[in-house]
Amino acid sequence: MNELSAFLLPLALNFALGCVGLAIVFCTLRLLRGPSAQDRVLALDTLWMCAMLLILLLGMRHGSLVYFEAALLIALLGFVSTVALAKFLMRGEVIE
Amino acid sequence: MSTPELLPWWVGLPVSLLLVLGGIVALTGCLGLLRLPSFYQRIHGPAITITLGTGCILIASMLYFSALQSRPVIHELLITLFVLLTAPMVSMLLMRAAVYRDQRKRRLPGEAPESGEIYPLSARPADKRAP
Repeated sequence: MNELSAFLLPLALNFALGCVGLAIVFCTLRLLRGPSAQDRVLALDTLWMCAMLLILLLGMRHGSLVYFEAALLIALLGFVSTVALAKFLMRGEVIE
Repeated sequence: MSTPELLPWWVGLPVSLLLVLGGIVALTGCLGLLRLPSFYQRIHGPAITITLGTGCILIASMLYFSALQSRPVIHELLITLFVLLTAPMVSMLLMRAAVYRDQRKRRLPGEAPESGEIYPLSARPADKRAP
């Protein structure tokens, strides 16, 4: 019965990796195309999140817990940068 | 480190299902970001990716590493908590910035902005708009 997970897990991991990679491509298209600045900031925020998912999946694939810290750092930095960019869009400056 | 052959099937099956579901949901959210026509509709797409897709993949990761190391590995809860706390804040800030920018764009040409001016949500008063 243990052959099931040996067969199923790499398949599901590769499928999820492909999905998240395609999602990153979509976000990049919106980032390049986006008609307004807030579209680009939204696409950048989603790109951070997709990169975090990609790193988590890579960590599962390599069976290592080290990737977790990188994902946590990416989530933190993505939040801070998006807040700074949103504030810049609204006020025209970041630090008043 | 270890290989997935060591995992029993009752761990491998839910982890695989959660991974497939998370990948599909993440892809759907980003497809919405790409395809929807206006910004106010587009901001709803990544919300799915951030909450449900990230949640599924994080739960799968927790189950996988707990089974792999035969001890509870739950520090992925940190990412879940952080992401669930910050996603609404980011959406709210972006939405407010978009509303302010759209209203600022609607200002009449040649009209100087006043300091401390508050832009109303409704359209401009008719006496200022009409020539």
